[in-house]
Amino acid sequence: MSVMVRRRIVSRIAETLCAGAVLLALVPLALILFYVLRQGIGALNIAFFTEMPKPVGEPGGGMANAIVGTLILIGIAALFAVPIGCVCGIHLAEYPDTKFSSVVRFAADVMNGVPSIVVGIFAYGIVVLPVKRFSAIAGGIALGLLMLPIVVRTTEELLRLVPAGLREGALALGATRGRAVFTVIVPAALPGILTGILVAIARVAGETAPLLFTSFNNRFWSTNLGQPIASLTVQVFSYAISPYEDWHRQAWAGAFLLVAIILTLSILARLSVRGLEKMNRP
Amino acid sequence: MTKIHVRDFDFFYGASKVLHGISMDMPDKQVTALIGPSGCGKSTFLRSINRMNDIIPDARHDGLIEIDGKNVYGGGTDAVELRRRVGMVFQKSNPFPKSIFDNVAYGLKIGGMRNRRQLNEIVEKSLTRAALWDEVKDRLQTSAFALSGGQQQRLCIARALAVDPEILLMDEPASALDPIATAKIEELIYELKDNFTIVIVTHNMQQAARVSDRTAFFMLGKLVEYSETKTIFMNPKQKMTEDYVTGRFG
Ligand SMILES: Nc1ncnc2c1ncn2[C@@H]1O[C@H](COP(=O)(O)OP(=O)(O)O)[C@@H](O)[C@H]1O
Ligand SMILES: [Mg+2]
Repeated sequence: MSVMVRRRIVSRIAETLCAGAVLLALVPLALILFYVLRQGIGALNIAFFTEMPKPVGEPGGGMANAIVGTLILIGIAALFAVPIGCVCGIHLAEYPDTKFSSVVRFAADVMNGVPSIVVGIFAYGIVVLPVKRFSAIAGGIALGLLMLPIVVRTTEELLRLVPAGLREGALALGATRGRAVFTVIVPAALPGILTGILVAIARVAGETAPLLFTSFNNRFWSTNLGQPIASLTVQVFSYAISPYEDWHRQAWAGAFLLVAIILTLSILARLSVRGLEKMNRP
Repeated sequence: MTKIHVRDFDFFYGASKVLHGISMDMPDKQVTALIGPSGCGKSTFLRSINRMNDIIPDARHDGLIEIDGKNVYGGGTDAVELRRRVGMVFQKSNPFPKSIFDNVAYGLKIGGMRNRRQLNEIVEKSLTRAALWDEVKDRLQTSAFALSGGQQQRLCIARALAVDPEILLMDEPASALDPIATAKIEELIYELKDNFTIVIVTHNMQQAARVSDRTAFFMLGKLVEYSETKTIFMNPKQKMTEDYVTGRFG
């Protein structure tokens, strides 16, 4: 057999294996989407989005309070994780080699690996225990702690992608270092930083464990940040383990909504990365 | 009249010395070209004049650079202030990811200018001086990235001109451009020297001969020969210079 033929065969086999691997990775995603949708479609109606849960045992009703609750929890999380995370990320990108930076970077990486339930316990200890009450604030802080390291590291990495020529151009025009960072470098990386935030939100939107003993759950309408609040994930969890057929359907619908939200966020994130790449290719 | 006065200037990146005792005087409102094989220290020298090398860790210098008799590295000189007086155009054009207008207005805005009419006026004047106004006047608010390579480089020149510097440093400003865009830049340099002192690095011998009044030939971090451009190309004193400008090595 000639070398050429052997090469072609080997290459064909490799290609097939690669394509197979890609399929294997995509199939579960498609199956999950399909299965969740099929199970939940019966409960996905207007009422699901607009109505409150019905009393135990009564069919119908919806998850309006849980949907709003999730939005509030994510809002609280972003409100404190985004500013702190961005400032830390900017610092890491600007002063990459200082002792302080390596400590911050290490801390962020460790935090990124801490199981979410541990973060929940931590928030329970510092926010819930002192006032002896579950609250939206506690849940938001738990989610924010999970977001923080992601925002820090993406901000750092994306700022570093900004071509060095832009910084030099700004300095050569008489910008101070700080001025160059905030008027040229951060704006150039902004779509990317936004992506990092979206990815971080997508990551925490599906968290259940850290909410179980921070924001807990609430069968009633509540936007009070000092009170327990409903969330999609905890609601799905408690409906899924309930004995009621109708609640199971609603749990599937809630799960589908979660997947849809996370998928949308991920797609938005991809699109804005593409925007960044276009900008950096003058 | 001397604008830039350099005496015994050495430069080090960490332990490696890349400039050795450079001494030369560059005259006011003339074009000085720096030529020499790549890696001989032309960019390093150019970036020493506006202290762009300050941002490189472990870099240091020895010797003196004066502009109008004032020590560039002296205690009384602020690097940020200095760079407003000594503009720079880079080899790889580096427009900001902003509109054409905001690119040109950038230096003015960070300098504190807010008056819209004044900004408009200077942006137009700078773009006109950079021979770009007619091509962009109808789309000042579009992204600078939509411009061609040559236009982007002229935009960077306009951006540097807007803060009204006295000196313009250009590091191979046309090396990435096609011949037509290059010709435009050269024409521009010729016109700009009425108002600015220009120092240009180029690896293109014909370009040095066309645009410059004086030429300095660098080799391995040393200034081999510096005089009238005519002399350097027609009647060089050093054998090394002659070999280089006639293309016998390089
Ligand atoms: N940031 C840097 N750190 C270390 N060495 C550098 C740096 N920049 C340039 N050099 C070295 O300094 C020498 C001169 O470089 P440069 O001034 O860019 O030359 P030229 O512009 O003439 O090609 C080269 O040997 C180059 O490798
Ligand atoms: Mg160079």
